[in-house]
Amino acid sequence: MSDNMNKDEKQLLISVDNLSKHFEDLHALNGVSIDIYKGDVIFVVGPSGSGKSTFLRCLNRLEEPTGGKILFEGIDITDKKTDINKHRQKMGMVFQQFNLFPHMSVMKNLTLAPIKLQGKSKAEAEEEAMKLLERVGLADRADAYPNQLSGGQKQRIAIVRALCMKPDVMLFDEPTSALDPEMVGEVLEVMRELAKENMTMVVVTHEIAFAKEIANRVIFMDEGKIGEENDAKEFFDNPKSERLKSFLAKVL
Amino acid sequence: MNFLIGFADSFQQNFIKANRWKYILNGLGVTLRVTLFAVLIGIAIGFIVAVIRATYEKTGKLKILNFIANIYLTVIRGTPVVVQLLIIYFVIFGAVRIDKVLVAVLAFGINSGAYVAEIVRSGIMSIDPGQMEAGRSLGFNYIQTMWHIILPQAFKNVLPALGNEFIVLLKETSVAGYIALEDLTKGGDIIRSQTYSPFMPLLTVAAIYLAIVMLLSFLLKKLERRLRNSER
Ligand SMILES: Nc1ncnc2c1ncn2[C@@H]1O[C@H](COP(=O)(O)OP(=O)(O)O)[C@@H](O)[C@H]1O
Ligand SMILES: [Mg+2]
Repeated sequence: MSDNMNKDEKQLLISVDNLSKHFEDLHALNGVSIDIYKGDVIFVVGPSGSGKSTFLRCLNRLEEPTGGKILFEGIDITDKKTDINKHRQKMGMVFQQFNLFPHMSVMKNLTLAPIKLQGKSKAEAEEEAMKLLERVGLADRADAYPNQLSGGQKQRIAIVRALCMKPDVMLFDEPTSALDPEMVGEVLEVMRELAKENMTMVVVTHEIAFAKEIANRVIFMDEGKIGEENDAKEFFDNPKSERLKSFLAKVL
Repeated sequence: MNFLIGFADSFQQNFIKANRWKYILNGLGVTLRVTLFAVLIGIAIGFIVAVIRATYEKTGKLKILNFIANIYLTVIRGTPVVVQLLIIYFVIFGAVRIDKVLVAVLAFGINSGAYVAEIVRSGIMSIDPGQMEAGRSLGFNYIQTMWHIILPQAFKNVLPALGNEFIVLLKETSVAGYIALEDLTKGGDIIRSQTYSPFMPLLTVAAIYLAIVMLLSFLLKKLERRLRNSER
């Protein structure tokens, strides 16, 4: 995909510079740098404990970085003076455990933030939410409560909840890892659609086949560093480092 | 027959004569007013203190406020409510003329706040941290996430304990007579001291407390059931 795209036309969305995160003695992230462009579908793979989640969660400062810099849409969001809440509205996040609000109906889950944070009217927010619900095939569940939904439905709703804020990038942390195998497909389908619509996505996953299918770039996270980074095809067909080779041998 | 006549006599003596029933009725009004407003103060203080304590426990922030909150909890829960009531009336407001109902509302409200705080704090701590993260990731700030997402769930979880606390509070206000406030208990006691017959006024007072407590318990159960159904 990116092969025929000229680098100059690409718009820089997130620029990560020498990012690190230390939990006391533990260096979960150790000098990660990467530029993320609009429309990028970046998959992050690597062994468990290598810092994938920490990297993703530092991008919207859910985890406070201990070093380095992140520019999001040209603004240094690691600067303590930046109002991170404002920028988070533009960075949707999807969690492994869905984290829907159990005390609210699906519709309220979807419209709470647009109404409270973006000043939308209830009618407007509900109309937009309904359109998105229809697209993921869950319009009939608008009045349901989260615990009436299957895991796959919950995760699709969680994706829609993030989309309702009209984000410029979507961050996914193992979105299918908590799902029964038969429900993985329906969530991947929604992500596939998003990628087709040119949503910028950063996805931490173990679904290597899926990464091969929709990623344009793949990062191999290894002991808190980017061990290798490449176009999706090169990454899988032509791994350079021994560590990536042995990782791929294990997961493929 | 004799018993019935005796009963009627006693009733006449204790409640009808000299409009003594007014002690009961007015006392009940005072008890309900003190309880109601003390509950409101208790909830306000309790939620604020709970949020401060839970925030400190989870993030290490609000260190000084947490320290103050801890002193408040230690002192209030470590001393009898009657003593707190007396101190507020005779020491803190000793030099000024002040409505006794107001003093009682303050004393019982401040006292109840400490217990509410610990109940609500445990409710907040029981909520999955993923809820806070989901709220923050949408762009809500810490307080907004607390308000819209964490506290409603915490409140629902601790509603039985909170309801119980308010039932306890209703009964605890019966010591308001220590500052000569004429609440329900004091009302019954005044009648007793005038008629020298303790049986009827005191049992009436007891029956009224019991009826209110049973009513509150019933309403609480209904509310709990409704909240639970809303999640299904
Ligand atoms: N809140 C935390 N406190 C302490 N250590 C943590 C915390 N979060 C993650 N870590 C550690 O940081 C390292 C990277 O974790 P993580 O980013 O979750 O890895 P991955 O998502 O790749 O499995 C692990 O060693 C993990 O134990
Ligand atoms: Mg992880």
